[in-house]
Amino acid sequence: MYTASDLRKGLKVQIDGQPWVITEFTFMKPGKGQAIYTCRLKNMITGSTMTKSYRSNEKFEPPALEERDLEYSYPEGDNYIFMDENYEQVMISAEVLGNSRFFLNEGVSCSVLFFNNQPIEVTLPTFIEKQIIYTEPGARGDTATNVLKPAKIVGDYEIQVPLFVNQGDIVKIDTRTGEYADRVLKA
Amino acid sequence: MSASCAMLGFRSRLLWAVRQFFQAEGYTEVETPVRLRTPAQEPHIEAEPSGSYWLRTSPEFHMKRILSAGLPKIFQLGPCFRRGERGHLHHPEYTMLEWYRTGTDYRGILDETRRLLSFAATQVLADSKEEHAERLLHALQADWAVLSVREEYTRRAGWDPFSSFDPDRFDLDMVNIIEPGLPRGKPAVLIDYPVQCAAFARIRQHGQSAERWELYIDGIEIANAYSELTDPAEMRRRLCENARKSRSAQQTVYPDDKNLLAAMDKGLPDCGGIALGFDRLAMVLARSNSLDEVMAFRE
Repeated sequence: MYTASDLRKGLKVQIDGQPWVITEFTFMKPGKGQAIYTCRLKNMITGSTMTKSYRSNEKFEPPALEERDLEYSYPEGDNYIFMDENYEQVMISAEVLGNSRFFLNEGVSCSVLFFNNQPIEVTLPTFIEKQIIYTEPGARGDTATNVLKPAKIVGDYEIQVPLFVNQGDIVKIDTRTGEYADRVLKA
Repeated sequence: MSASCAMLGFRSRLLWAVRQFFQAEGYTEVETPVRLRTPAQEPHIEAEPSGSYWLRTSPEFHMKRILSAGLPKIFQLGPCFRRGERGHLHHPEYTMLEWYRTGTDYRGILDETRRLLSFAATQVLADSKEEHAERLLHALQADWAVLSVREEYTRRAGWDPFSSFDPDRFDLDMVNIIEPGLPRGKPAVLIDYPVQCAAFARIRQHGQSAERWELYIDGIEIANAYSELTDPAEMRRRLCENARKSRSAQQTVYPDDKNLLAAMDKGLPDCGGIALGFDRLAMVLARSNSLDEVMAFRE
């Protein structure tokens, strides 16, 4: 149980049965009045935001959050199957994964956040490797890294790569931004 | 270090300017105890324990004992401590400028505050070539916006705290509606509070308001002033009520300050008084965004 004086940026609280994270926080105390804690909150499931003010006597429950490491196995329709250390399967929807679903490789270990035993957020390793399945050839001899062209990885997901990257190359992608980071292997 | 060396120079000039002003006005600078047996009992203000003592949240009660002993104009610059207050406008240890003058009321203190701020700002900003300094200086010297609490709440928050007072709503609306909507670029004074917010201010005769005002610059609260309550019976009643509120909020209840009450029984002359957050004043004059920038260290 938290009280208002525990509130701070980054703290996760449960409000109306939903998990919220505090993204901004201000402490104000009007002259001779009570402390007012104003929070900007982000819903950890829907991503929606709100601003709320609390008085010091208000109390908060921490959300029932649990973080577990799961290994990605295979896709199944619109869902993705992960495995825990006991080989129990966990199904995570495309909606929860967002664009991260394009960066999954079989066997990759992800940190999965559960709220009331439902997966709500998947964090991939910062960098993953993917093969380019289609891109137009760049002009011969062009080694510039600041000019980009579109390229597709498995799942038809499009990223921007430097002109020297060719079809069949293996590239490193930053999963936080979904952007090209480096070329790992030349086809 | 938290503040820059240049800022410490600015702050030092401001301290000097304040002392110069009060000296010219015939004030006596006083120093009163920082460790107290009996800190002021006020709802929502908690003292930091210090052994079997507490650190002062305000020098108010000792300064009133000096007034009662016969000095008519006194000021003090020194540290005050408030437990658990931390934010960009709050720090558990800060510098308070507090002054009292007999034979005047909160309106007299308002005139004096205007003169103090014009003088001090001129001393520290007159040589500045920055545009904001010139604007601020001009605004401090011009007429201040004086706004009645009742009108501001009625007009902007849609309710009259004088007809039915709701302490929670009053504080929430103050932070969310009233303060953010105060005029910018010039000082604004909220004046005449509901009696429930009187603290240690006198209640106007035949009226239902407390003779209290608060000064804001750019929406930041800088100072709180009263026509001081001088009636010892009413003081006892308010301290008792404050203790009851603190007890029900599970806050510490301090022993009564019998010395203050004895001094008031003997006679506290009619007076006005004010507490001004020196760090915040430095902050708005230097146009900083946080107390961090004007305090040498933050512990």
